[in-house]
Amino acid sequence: MTDLLIRNAHVIDPATSLDAQKDVLVREGRISAIEHPGAFTTLEIKDTIDAAGLALAPGFIDVHVHLREPGQTWKETIATGTRAAAAGGYTTVVAMPNTVPVNDTVESLTWMLAPERNSAINLLAMPAATQGSLGEHLTHYEALAMGGAVGFTDDGKPILDDHVMRAALVTAARMGLPVSQHAEDTRLTGGCSMHAGPVAFRLGLRGMTVEAESNIVERDIALLREIESDEGLRPHLHVQHVSTAKALAAIRQAKQQGLHVTCEAAPHHFTLTDDALEGYNTNAKMNPPLRAETDRLAVIEAILDGTVDCIATDHAPHAAHEKEVEFERAPNGITGIETALGLALRVLHRQHGLPVAHIVALMSNNPAKIIHLKDRGSLKAGNYADIVLFDPAAEWTFAAAQSLSKSKNTPFDQAPMLGRVHATISEGRVVHRHGTAR
Amino acid sequence: MTTENTLPAHHPGSLLSVNHLSIPDVSEILAATARIEAMPAPERAKLLAGRRVALLFYESSTRTRTSFELAAKSLGATTTLVSDKSSSIEKGESLKDTGITLRALGAEAIILRHNASGAPDLLARMTGLPVLNAGDGMHEHPSQALLDFRTMLTRLGLDAASASETCLKGVTVVITGDIRHSRVARSNAMLLPRLGARVILCGPEPLLPREALSLHPAIEIERDLDRALSQASVAMMLRIQKERLAGLSLDLAAYIEGYQLTEARIAAHAPNVLVMHPGPMIRGLEIQSEVADGPNSAIEEQVRHGLAIRTALLVRALGVNA
Ligand SMILES: [Zn+2]
Repeated sequence: MTDLLIRNAHVIDPATSLDAQKDVLVREGRISAIEHPGAFTTLEIKDTIDAAGLALAPGFIDVHVHLREPGQTWKETIATGTRAAAAGGYTTVVAMPNTVPVNDTVESLTWMLAPERNSAINLLAMPAATQGSLGEHLTHYEALAMGGAVGFTDDGKPILDDHVMRAALVTAARMGLPVSQHAEDTRLTGGCSMHAGPVAFRLGLRGMTVEAESNIVERDIALLREIESDEGLRPHLHVQHVSTAKALAAIRQAKQQGLHVTCEAAPHHFTLTDDALEGYNTNAKMNPPLRAETDRLAVIEAILDGTVDCIATDHAPHAAHEKEVEFERAPNGITGIETALGLALRVLHRQHGLPVAHIVALMSNNPAKIIHLKDRGSLKAGNYADIVLFDPAAEWTFAAAQSLSKSKNTPFDQAPMLGRVHATISEGRVVHRHGTAR
Repeated sequence: MTTENTLPAHHPGSLLSVNHLSIPDVSEILAATARIEAMPAPERAKLLAGRRVALLFYESSTRTRTSFELAAKSLGATTTLVSDKSSSIEKGESLKDTGITLRALGAEAIILRHNASGAPDLLARMTGLPVLNAGDGMHEHPSQALLDFRTMLTRLGLDAASASETCLKGVTVVITGDIRHSRVARSNAMLLPRLGARVILCGPEPLLPREALSLHPAIEIERDLDRALSQASVAMMLRIQKERLAGLSLDLAAYIEGYQLTEARIAAHAPNVLVMHPGPMIRGLEIQSEVADGPNSAIEEQVRHGLAIRTALLVRALGVNA
C-alpha cells in the first residue's frame, strides 16, 4: 500500500481537540502522523494531496443506511450504495437488516460483509433484533456479535412487545452492544402516511401522531431503568431517527438521569417540515414522517444541546416507478447519503451557528462511539486512515440525476448545499474525488 | 421550510383542487357555464365534436360519472368509461401506466375518481393531460364545490355568471356532518370563504377535528347545530358513511339527535335556510326525508348545476372557447 501525504489541510478532529492547519501522513492505510505544515518535506512521498482551503476530518460514519442487498438490488446494491456514501464523505456505514430475506443469521451477516459484495468503504451491519424482524423471538445475539454485528435492530418496525424488548436490551447489554429502535407504535399508525396535523387534514391523508413515536421511546426508557435496577446491567438503547419534540424531551430527561440512551437525527428532519408533502410529493414521504415546524426546531435544539448524539441519514433508496404511485401506496424513505454534509452545514452551521467541528463530531466521532469503533472516528495516530476532505464554504446545488445511488428518490433535487466533499479516503485509499482536489 | 424540489406543473386545463383556481378562473367558469347553457343544443354539440374524453373511475359513482358523461356527450365529445369493474383496468397495472395507455389511445382529457387522496395530481403529472378531479379519497371534489357555489348564487338571487371576492358577502354556509372524511366539505370550505361567504363547520369532535380550521383562516367551528343553524343562510348536509364510523367513538342515535336536519329544527332556527346535500343521501340519518323534498331544498337543482358546470370544465380542459 502506497503512502499518502495530505498537505496544508485545516484538520478538524473533535476527539483529539485538533482544529488547526496541519499536514497529515498516511502509511499502510493508517494515520501515521499529523504535524505542522512542511514537517514531512524531507520524506519522499509520491502521492500527495494539496488540501489548502479544505477541511480534513475523520471520515463520516452513518449508523443507519439501507443498501437493499440482498433482495432488492434494483433499488441499490452494496457496491452502489457505498460508492454514493463515499461521495458523501462517508468511510463507514451500517447496513440495516430489512433486506430480502431479513439479515437475521450469521450466514446472511457474513454474506453481506463479504469482500465479494464490493463495498467501496468499511461496511458494518446491524442484524435483526428478532427473527424475521417479526418482533417475537430474539435472534442469536452472541453468534451475531461474533460475526461482526455492531448492534441489533428491527428497523422499519418497532419491537412492540414489552417482554421481547426487555429481553433484547438485556441480551445485547451482555454483548456490550446497543439495541437500535425504530420508535413507532404501529397500533396507532395503521393506514397513516404522513404526520398528523393541518397539512394531513388538508390533503385528506391519515396522520401519525407524535405520541406514536414518543410512547415507544418512553416505554423503552422505562425498561432501561427497570433493567438497571433489577439486573445490575447497563443496557444501551439507541433511538433511531427521532422526529418529535416529545420523544426528544424524554431522551433528554433519561440522559440527565444517567441512563444509557443515545439517539440519531436525520438531515431531512432538521431541514424540512410536512409542508414538503404539498402536491403529494412521494419523494418527501418517509417514516418517521416530516413533522411540524415546532418539531423541526426541537430536533435542531436537541442537536445544539447535545441530546442528539449523531446525524444518521436513514438512506432509503427506492426506484422511481415505486414512488410514482398514489401517495398512500408509495414506499417510505428517501436517499440521503450524498446530501447530509451539505444540509448539516447549511442548516445547523449557517442558520443555527453550530461550529463545523461539532458537526464533524456528530458525523464521525460520536457515531463511532455508539457502535464502539475503537480505531475509527478520529485521526489518532494508528487509527485507520478514514478521511474526508471538504470545502466547508462551497455553495452548490445538488442534482439528483448525478447521484451515485441507484435510486434518485430525494426531496433535495436542486436544493442548495453548503460544503462540498472533495475527497474521501478509506483506509488510506482515495475512494472518491471531486473537482480540483489533487 | 417548504418543499425543496419543484414538482412538474400539471396541464393548465386540469382541475385538481379548488386552490388551483383563481377568482377570475372561477368567474370564467361561471360565465362559460351560462354561455353554454344558453346555446341551442346543436351548436353546443359542436364545441367538442370529435374530441376524446376518458372517464377513469376506480370508485363507483353513479351521480358524478353520469353527470360528467352527459356533459361531455352534450358537447359532442366521444367518451370512454374505464372503471374498476371493467376489464380495462388491467390487474395490478399502475395508475401511471393506465393513464399513459389512455393517452396513447387518444384520450385528450381524463376525468378521474379515485379512492386515494392525490391520485389526480399523480395522473396529471405522469400524463401531462388535463385531468379533472371527480373526487379523490378524503381530499377534494372541486367540481362539486363549483356546482354548489352556482346553486347558491341562483337560489339566493345573485348573479350566477360571475364571481368575485365579495359575491357571497353576507351569506353564512353551515356544513354539517362527517367533515373528517368528506372531500365535498374540504372543497367547499376552501372555496366559499374566498368568495366572501362565512363558513361554519358543524359536527362532533370525532367527525370534525380542530385541524379543519386550517382549511381557511376564516373557518369557524360550532358544535351545536341549532346555534349554527340560527346563523345560516345555507345548510349543507353531508352523508354519514356508517362504514367509516368504525373506530370512532360515535353513537348513531346521539348523532341523529344532535345533528339531523329536521323540519322542526328548520322551523325553530332557520325558516328560510337553503338546504343542500351532495348526495347520495341517507334519508332519516343526516337529513329527514321531508326536508330533502321540502321547499327549502336545492338538492335536485344541485344535480342540474352539476351537469352545467361540468360542460364548462370540459371546455376549459380541452382549451376550447365557448
Ligand atoms: Zn426506521
